[in-house]
Amino acid sequence: MTAALEVRGLTTRFATRTGHVTAVNDVSFSVSPGRILGLVGESGSGKSVTGFSILGLIDEPGEIAAGSVLIEGEDMRGLSAEAQRGMRGRKVAMVFQDPMMTLNPVLRVGDQMAMAVRVHARVSKKAAWARARAALDTVGIPAPDERLLSYPHQLSGGMRQRVAIATALLHGPAVIVADEPTTALDVSIQGQILAEVRRLADETGTAIVWITHDLAVVSSLADDICVMYAGRIVESGTAEEVIADPRHPYTRGLIQSVPSLHEPGRKLPQIPGSTPQLSHLPSGCAFRPRCPRATEICATDPPDAGQGHRLNLCHHPLGAA
Amino acid sequence: MTEPLLEVRDVSKRFTREAGLIERGIARLSGARTGSTVHALTEVSLSVARGEVLGIVGESGCGKSTLGRIVSGIYAPSSGEVLLDGAPVARERGGTAHKLTSKVQMIHQDPFASLNPRMKVGETIGEGPRVHDLGTAREVRERTAALLEKVGLEASYADRLPHQFSGGQRQRIAIARALAMEPELLVLDEAVASLDVSIQAQVLNLFGELRQDLGLTALFISHDLSVVRHVCDRVAIMYLGRVVELASAAALYAKPLHPYSAALFASVPTLGTGRARFHAIEGEIPSPLDPPGGCAFHPRCPMAGPRCSVEIPRLTRPEAGREVACHLHDGGTGRAEVAA
Amino acid sequence: MSGAVHDVATTTGGTLAVPSAAPRETRGERLRNFWSDYRQSPVAVVSLIVIVVLLFISFGAALVTPQDPYDLASLDWLDAFLRPGTEGSGGYVHWLGTDNAGRDMVSAIFYGLRTSFVIGLSAGALALTIGVSIGLTAAYFRGPLEAVLMRIVDLQLSMPAILLALVVVAVLGQGVGQIVAALVIAQYAYFARTTHGAATVERGKDYIEAARSTPLPTWRVLFRHLLPNVMTPLIVVATVQVASAIALEATLSFLGVGLPLTEPSLGTLISNGFKYIHTDRYWLSIYPGLFLMATVVAINLVGDQVRTVLDPRQSR
Repeated sequence: MTAALEVRGLTTRFATRTGHVTAVNDVSFSVSPGRILGLVGESGSGKSVTGFSILGLIDEPGEIAAGSVLIEGEDMRGLSAEAQRGMRGRKVAMVFQDPMMTLNPVLRVGDQMAMAVRVHARVSKKAAWARARAALDTVGIPAPDERLLSYPHQLSGGMRQRVAIATALLHGPAVIVADEPTTALDVSIQGQILAEVRRLADETGTAIVWITHDLAVVSSLADDICVMYAGRIVESGTAEEVIADPRHPYTRGLIQSVPSLHEPGRKLPQIPGSTPQLSHLPSGCAFRPRCPRATEICATDPPDAGQGHRLNLCHHPLGAA
Repeated sequence: MTEPLLEVRDVSKRFTREAGLIERGIARLSGARTGSTVHALTEVSLSVARGEVLGIVGESGCGKSTLGRIVSGIYAPSSGEVLLDGAPVARERGGTAHKLTSKVQMIHQDPFASLNPRMKVGETIGEGPRVHDLGTAREVRERTAALLEKVGLEASYADRLPHQFSGGQRQRIAIARALAMEPELLVLDEAVASLDVSIQAQVLNLFGELRQDLGLTALFISHDLSVVRHVCDRVAIMYLGRVVELASAAALYAKPLHPYSAALFASVPTLGTGRARFHAIEGEIPSPLDPPGGCAFHPRCPMAGPRCSVEIPRLTRPEAGREVACHLHDGGTGRAEVAA
Repeated sequence: MSGAVHDVATTTGGTLAVPSAAPRETRGERLRNFWSDYRQSPVAVVSLIVIVVLLFISFGAALVTPQDPYDLASLDWLDAFLRPGTEGSGGYVHWLGTDNAGRDMVSAIFYGLRTSFVIGLSAGALALTIGVSIGLTAAYFRGPLEAVLMRIVDLQLSMPAILLALVVVAVLGQGVGQIVAALVIAQYAYFARTTHGAATVERGKDYIEAARSTPLPTWRVLFRHLLPNVMTPLIVVATVQVASAIALEATLSFLGVGLPLTEPSLGTLISNGFKYIHTDRYWLSIYPGLFLMATVVAINLVGDQVRTVLDPRQSR
């Protein structure tokens, strides 16, 4: 079975006054239909840029320098700008952190969604409207007819995000990239949306890339996890494996930083220092200055110490001999 | 028993949006009503003992940020009072609050907006002490250097501008600024919410150290249940402007009494639950402009009964040290009428 | 370690926080960066050179010109209407000709430029001070004060500047001071509105709240915290408003209610020469007009480029 999404060696960089900054460095992963991949990282890890690169939404001064993005086997990078636009929304769609990036504040929800339908499908306005209504139903929005007639500002944050997700689903894309869509929402609403998304992936067979910094969310939602640091994927595997048995020191440090795993009041195990500036990365492993297991050899590029589907970019992986 | 350091007595806060002249004229002609009132807080009472950290937890519209600002003296309450060591924190004059004490200091959520972008970090930290004559210029400078080191930064950073620092470092600077005024109470308004997980751990540890070192008392406002459990001695859960439950952190997390608290805990994914199903709470959070009648939570409550839509539950004490505002726990009459 | 990020615009209209490459910048570096960004537009660089040259010749007019056109004794009726390039009785060539009173056009224009700059810059500075104060006060104190102040500002903005200036001159009479007053009244509203907009945004930010809740005295919050952070958009407005003041003053003088012919500004010169525009004595009006145009256009182009450079979305 072809993977719905396959990313191979993706490299994205930005031109700055003092040279190039590589935000995404040789990133590769694949997502099968109906599975959810959690792309986890902190700020500066390159996870959002990866998401935008998959959609081809990188503009000056950024560029995708290398690699391929295969949606159902077709390489986005090999297509013309026109053809890429044809893919966006139809085969691969994005949900942003701020639903107002998807929704136009001066148009009614129904009008916008109908427009989104008719961009890729030659149907009548009525048919487009019906499809929009069906999509709202699918994401569990009550009273969809009323919602279609509303303006975005009349909806709550959670509702807007659901509309954004519905819009992403309009053409039944093979892949949806979701960039921190629940980070700005209330906890209980987040819970609702996560439950919906899980159900949607199971029912429609859409592959989902869920970009987040929240380990708890990813542990409850995702099937597979890729952990990113300084533009690279440092560890990947199934969600159970990575959370229960992390092999990379950064992953373990990240998991250990979460308060819920520790006794209240005790000092939390912390990763010293802060994420490096991409323009001043140390040689070899980018995590070296903060890693409790670093030695001289870490000044050289770390090999993949993982086995099979588990990737682990480390000279001194945990759990091994 | 010693007097509590902070006392919030029956505080309510209403924000009214007055219609403009023209709107009012049109409304008079058409018979419509004008102006809208947001009941941000309604009859909130709590107290914080010296050396204690009280957590305030809730979602949008619960009023926790408003409460934080009233305690800090930035807003004045519409009714009720806030006392620090027996003295009021702010005074209302002509519609604005005038802060009376520098002994309450706040640390804000957004590290990228809480420091003056055009002021050197050392000046920002030292400005309050200088204006309030807490020492000579030299003493203030030395204290600034000491504070920077205390929060885990280098003293030489005093000459840098905020944009040269990361989010976590800026929060440390904000903490230093707050501590420079030698406060008795700190209000942390979602102070770690904008930080990466690993940086959050650092800042939480720093707070823990400072708390022990300086005997800090704090109001810790957050939406993050796991952080609150880690840091706070007691926790108050708020919903739509009211306190619905108040208990020690240990007791609350072990056995939440209010249905909202219980539902909140159940709906939040936590690390380690794996792919366990989390039970999402039904429905939307109501708007503070149009709250439901009776208990504000009743439309979403799985245990709601007929009394719940009519009567607002009062805070009662089912056990020592715990308060709940729910008909299920107010002496039994509620329970008899709870629908199956 | 510094970890600054900057925003990069994306196709979707949002921004990506991209870790930026440069660590801390000194003031010298910032100026150099500003200049290298500014240099991206050759037109703007030329405009800047033009302004510098104009400023030099206008303020150094006494050194550069052969004649002092304000000194009535030095004028000779016999030199009237000399064509450009002809030699006059003073023994020097009138490169741009002479006017109806025998004034050397070059001298008149240079002195006139000086008057224009002095009036434009002083009116601009005063309008800035008054406008910024009003905008800041309105944004900080809000409530009825803000409503009243900004309604007055809005009212003024809806009236054409020239109309306002004419009314003021009609009331106050003519003269340099009165002209400046008229210009200030016509222009402070732009500063007030820009400041009010920027200050309202900054006012809502946490650092202002933190300053207030230290607590710091109000004046300190206004001048040490709020004001420095609203200056940036004002630079652009100030540049454009100076050009506008120069043009406005010229208009007033052209209409005859500005500066008198004894101390002419460019507008007066244009006005004076206007009656001859249909004869072949074009040089009385055209050359002052060209210099006026060059000044106003150059200032506007510089302001434009400064705005482009300072706008974070457009910087590269």
